[in-house]
Amino acid sequence: MKKSIAIMASLIISPISFSMADSQTVEKLVQAYATEGVITADAAQGKRLWNKTFKAKGNPVERSCASCHTKDLSAPGKHVKTHKVIKPMAPSANPERLTDVRKIEKWFKRNCKWTLGRECSAQEKTDLLLYINNPTNF
Amino acid sequence: MKSTLAISAVIFTLGFVTLPVVYSDSDFRWGKMEEYGQKSTGVAAINNPVYKEECGSCHMAYPPGLLPASSWTKLMAGLEDHFGDNAELDAEALQAINAFLFANSADQSDYRRSRKFIRSIQSGEAPLRISETPYFKKEHDEIPDRMVTGNPKVNSYSHCNACHAKAEQGGFNEHDIRIPGYGRWDD
Repeated sequence: MKKSIAIMASLIISPISFSMADSQTVEKLVQAYATEGVITADAAQGKRLWNKTFKAKGNPVERSCASCHTKDLSAPGKHVKTHKVIKPMAPSANPERLTDVRKIEKWFKRNCKWTLGRECSAQEKTDLLLYINNPTNF
Repeated sequence: MKSTLAISAVIFTLGFVTLPVVYSDSDFRWGKMEEYGQKSTGVAAINNPVYKEECGSCHMAYPPGLLPASSWTKLMAGLEDHFGDNAELDAEALQAINAFLFANSADQSDYRRSRKFIRSIQSGEAPLRISETPYFKKEHDEIPDRMVTGNPKVNSYSHCNACHAKAEQGGFNEHDIRIPGYGRWDD
């Protein structure tokens, strides 16, 4: 029993060295965040953050990542304000995703500020990256 | 008989008087092309990949010839709060986009419609929304709200390309207008 709990725990909270990241870009970023003090990577935590609603300062409505990108990362999303269609986030549905470090950092910065009202921490970005990279597993 | 002639003469004259008035409401004008800009119909198309990518991800990439340089300067200085959104850019992209916007702003443009936007804006004013400019308002004042803000397929005047099929290519000719759910629009 204890053993199975330990196995389950290791599956959910996998150490960085066991990172499931299969894309080089994700790998590179996860390593970079590790140098900022991130010890564990937790995609399930990333999923929780993805769906968590925030009410950022000066923002009249609550918002989450899913508000625009939806809860299904393999489906297209829609910008809540401009209604512009956003291509799916999951690399399985849109191979362009998570291939460009600069782009990833740009959108983390913009969208964390817009949604959470602040920049995301290295831990949050690590968790989100692992979730986005492989959302169907979590 | 005399009165019939007189009435015919009045109708004939009225026809001549009203004909140019009717035509002046259309996109087509005779003569004086220089006054309206050398190049006909619309504004310059967008030919800048950085602009398209950075500004066109969240909304339609608006052709820069729809606002004067002073508007773009003001807008680009406030990207942290871009109509409520965060749209920050890195220094390199910011510089490239600024250069593109200024070089192609309405006051630098030779396109007829860009000239119209400029002429409608009072000097010293720098509207942040294209839809706030007097020329835009005049061109859209006959459209009932139900076709735009009350139309779920349009929603807002900021979605140019919902009705102007060639908006992103700088084409705003009235013959290219198709209002979703209503079809062609002719004024």
